[in-house]
Amino acid sequence: MPICVRCSRNERFRTEHEARRARAVDPLTRRVFGEHAPVLVLSAILLLLGLLSLGIGRYMIDPRTVFHVLIQHLMDLPSVGSPTEQAIVLNIRPPRIFAAIVVGAALSASGAAYQTMFRNPLVSPEILGVAAGAGFGASIGILLGVGVGLLEILSFGCGLLAALLALAIGRLVGNGSLSILVLGGIVIGAMFGALIAATQYFANPETTLPEITFWLFGSLGRATFASLQVPALIVALCLAALYAVRWPLTVLAAGDDEARTMGINLGLTWSVVIAASTLMTATVVSLAGIIGWVGLVVPHLARFIVGPSFTRLLPASILIGAIYLLAVDDVARSASPLDLPLGILTALVGAPFFILLLMKLGRRWS
Amino acid sequence: MSDPRACPDQPVSLAIADLTFGYPAKGHRLQDVSLTLREAEICCLLGPNGAGKTTLLRCLLGLLKPERGTIRIQGQDIKSLAARDLARLVAYVPQSATTPFPFTALEMAVMGRTPHLRSGAVPSAADRRIALGRLDRLGIAALADRIFSTLSGGQRQMVLLARALVQDARILVLDEPTAALDYGNEVRLLQIVSALADEGRSVLMTTHQPAQAFGYADRAVLLRDGAILAQGPPDEVLTSESLTALYGATIHVVSVSLPDHPGRVMKTCLSRPDSGWRGAK
Repeated sequence: MPICVRCSRNERFRTEHEARRARAVDPLTRRVFGEHAPVLVLSAILLLLGLLSLGIGRYMIDPRTVFHVLIQHLMDLPSVGSPTEQAIVLNIRPPRIFAAIVVGAALSASGAAYQTMFRNPLVSPEILGVAAGAGFGASIGILLGVGVGLLEILSFGCGLLAALLALAIGRLVGNGSLSILVLGGIVIGAMFGALIAATQYFANPETTLPEITFWLFGSLGRATFASLQVPALIVALCLAALYAVRWPLTVLAAGDDEARTMGINLGLTWSVVIAASTLMTATVVSLAGIIGWVGLVVPHLARFIVGPSFTRLLPASILIGAIYLLAVDDVARSASPLDLPLGILTALVGAPFFILLLMKLGRRWS
Repeated sequence: MSDPRACPDQPVSLAIADLTFGYPAKGHRLQDVSLTLREAEICCLLGPNGAGKTTLLRCLLGLLKPERGTIRIQGQDIKSLAARDLARLVAYVPQSATTPFPFTALEMAVMGRTPHLRSGAVPSAADRRIALGRLDRLGIAALADRIFSTLSGGQRQMVLLARALVQDARILVLDEPTAALDYGNEVRLLQIVSALADEGRSVLMTTHQPAQAFGYADRAVLLRDGAILAQGPPDEVLTSESLTALYGATIHVVSVSLPDHPGRVMKTCLSRPDSGWRGAK
């Protein structure tokens, strides 16, 4: 069998190409075996950090006590630790930790999906104006003094509305072009940003204005197991949808026309990605406020570890996003007597980190 | 080696009939274009910029919907084919590919397996082995783990060609495959394309070099303003007159004898300054 079309009649090339082939098979097998290693390691880190986080906060509990309280609770043994410690480890901190995992995973996964689909490493989940829309919904809710449940519904609804408006602009003006869609998102985001400012202007400086401001800073402190059920379910379904299109999305990263000539259904893939990412982002913003930079930075870190293929990028982004937000929230809970606003911390950590990444990878994007 | 190509009795793999395409406001980009391509045949599409070459390719690839006319591949009208089924029949080698993400050459090549995957599936180790085999076949297996965007233009073109081979389609469509290559890479690519056609694939390629058609094509199609001026064997269709008319510049077709094949004559084309001589006084 000829090794290369030209080689069948040239012995010198033949041996050279055989040697090259021998060298090339090695990385292939390495990749096949090493494929799941990052996911396993990251899962272990997440599990460990999740357990440690039960003890981290203003009231510090050492890991041994956390472990004992958990074991005792799970095995139904007589209780150890003070009632305060029990309440913190079993009731107070778990919802918040769970919320950090859900929010971090959702923002990172939708950021990774958008970056891959738009073939633009600078895109984040807020690209279609979802965050600004959801922020406006929440501001209106606070201004009207509605309850927590209704506030989240308002926020979610306005986040979706913003994305739908951006999509309508993309469709009517840009005839389905992705760059017009992004521009539409920027315009809609700016518009809702102005509307948020308007609600702040009309808010009562003593009562509702601080509340709106704090909401916009982002926090996981409001999470309870009851309020997390529906958002967690939505996020899980959206992640499953992204998982279903992980290969078509990988091929899309090579170019729309080329993906189509390789048999990808462009419209279907776009729809799934936009719907899943928008739903997830609106859900977590309504839950935790505006937490920037996670969806922008984490996919880059994940890509650095597992490569650009969305099949590996999705699980890695989910895990790294969860780990990252959990770690940042641990800092937010323990660094000062006051809960530090999460959105401010993620920006403070994310921006320098992003500059580091740019220095390392930026040349590739020129 | 006997020449397995240019047999008029090879089955027809592609039949384009009365293809008309136009943007409503701008008039027709293609008008009543008909051409057939047989198995193991290389067809060169020649024409000035804006003649409609790329539009024709895009119609064939299912990226544009023609206004009128039919495109049949192995007897099937492509209008009735899903993207996935069309991708198993026609593979596309774009002029260049850019992605901001650091895909390796092997990852790019594996994408060619897409139309053969079950829906919801990802390429397996077997698929990767196929892709590596195709890279190897083009002599670039050593590049498998290199980042695609850091490769040279010639290497990238080879990876894209390998990806099209991974797709296992009977028709290869190449859009100006040599536009960005140096002369050595151009010759190597054309020789490989020629060898691929020898195996029974049909090749439709656009080019700005009529000399490529003399050397490598079985058919040449001259396209201008969306209509076919002439088509047939390159030696018959490409003449000083037809090329001069096609490009609007004086072009001379000359015959040269090949030093390593005494008695064989090959045609090529030349141009010179309107007013006299510079190189050969």
